[in-house]
Amino acid sequence: MQTILTINGERRGLDIEPATLLVDLLRDQLHLTGTHIGCDTSQCGACNVLVDGVAMKSCTLLAVQLDGRAITTIEGVADGEILHPMQAAFKAHHGLQCGFCTPGMVVAGLEIVRRHGHDLSRETISHELEGNLCRCTGYQNIVSAIQAGAKAMEHA
Amino acid sequence: MREFAYNRATSVAEAAKLFANGGEAALLAGGHTLIPAIKSRLRMPDAIVDLNGIPGLDGITVAGDRLWVGALARHAAVADSAVVKGAIPSLAALVGMIGDPQVRNRGTIGGSVANNDPAADYPAALLALDAVVETSTGSHAADDYFQGMFATALADGEIVTRVGFRVPQAGAYAKFRNPASRYAVVGVFVAKFAEGHRVAVTGAGPGVFRWAAAEAALDAGGSLDGINPDADGLNTDIHASAEFRAHLCGVMLKRAVADLG
Repeated sequence: MQTILTINGERRGLDIEPATLLVDLLRDQLHLTGTHIGCDTSQCGACNVLVDGVAMKSCTLLAVQLDGRAITTIEGVADGEILHPMQAAFKAHHGLQCGFCTPGMVVAGLEIVRRHGHDLSRETISHELEGNLCRCTGYQNIVSAIQAGAKAMEHA
Repeated sequence: MREFAYNRATSVAEAAKLFANGGEAALLAGGHTLIPAIKSRLRMPDAIVDLNGIPGLDGITVAGDRLWVGALARHAAVADSAVVKGAIPSLAALVGMIGDPQVRNRGTIGGSVANNDPAADYPAALLALDAVVETSTGSHAADDYFQGMFATALADGEIVTRVGFRVPQAGAYAKFRNPASRYAVVGVFVAKFAEGHRVAVTGAGPGVFRWAAAEAALDAGGSLDGINPDADGLNTDIHASAEFRAHLCGVMLKRAVADLG
């Protein structure tokens, strides 16, 4: 089915089978493998992407549904080799160990800033991260990273 | 996933027509139940009718004593709506507890109500708030609409268009959540109207139900002890036994009543 998607700023005409999940389109057809499949049951948030700037779980969207819309994946968050302030904060605060959940966590961080602004309490961040699972870090450093990343974005 | 045809509807009438086009069709709103169900092959539709392109189905308005929420209103929009917070703050709070932020950015009231998951939050609000479910072909009172696990009064191909909640004098929802799925292990919604209380329980049984003993106790201003529902007939699964769910009904009732103000 002919579908037009803007992927990380690039407008693309794609032929997509209707049963294709957005995450599978991104990974298998477009080779954007930064978006991960964790649980595949809408719980872990590893597959989070931005659809017109709003965070959604790409494992629970049909790609053809998004005709005409703009998708931002983790590959589109950085400016070339220069990390986005949210990514830099994850690095600075050791907000990851194995890194599997990290793309989804960074996207969730951007969503939290969209909804709650740049001055975030740890409580707000913890609450807003309820849709993201990490099996390594115990979350403390992720919360610190998002708090610092949100602040850094204000001055970026 | 198994292959299916995909059709985009631009009106409710067109959606109904596409649905009736032959084969097993499924209506797609937010998709946060349907897509997981297709992945796990609980549903194997031949065709999907996408409702998301239908204009005007996501409005939120107050008219008379009712708050109307359009079927395509996303959970995030309802939870953050100044209109909802002003009319029925307890409803905004309930919707803010559905799933997680990413789920709330996509899931819709119409999808939740049409699906009637026995652990979903919205059914408790509809039943306690004496809601009306308007559809492509008519309307249903909440008391008649919910008919047990995943069962509703909807006919095949009947499409939910909006839900009207009666604005209560006060309302509160208390939920004991499954920490992974955020579904209600038990959720209790208490609504106070001029003529008395309505109490609805989700998660505990095979479908949402009104809890008559709690309504009577609240109306009489009596004790809420010793009225817990019988564990017989409540759900037992890996998350909680029927006995624990019966106990949680009492705990969630008291928490909701404490929040009622």
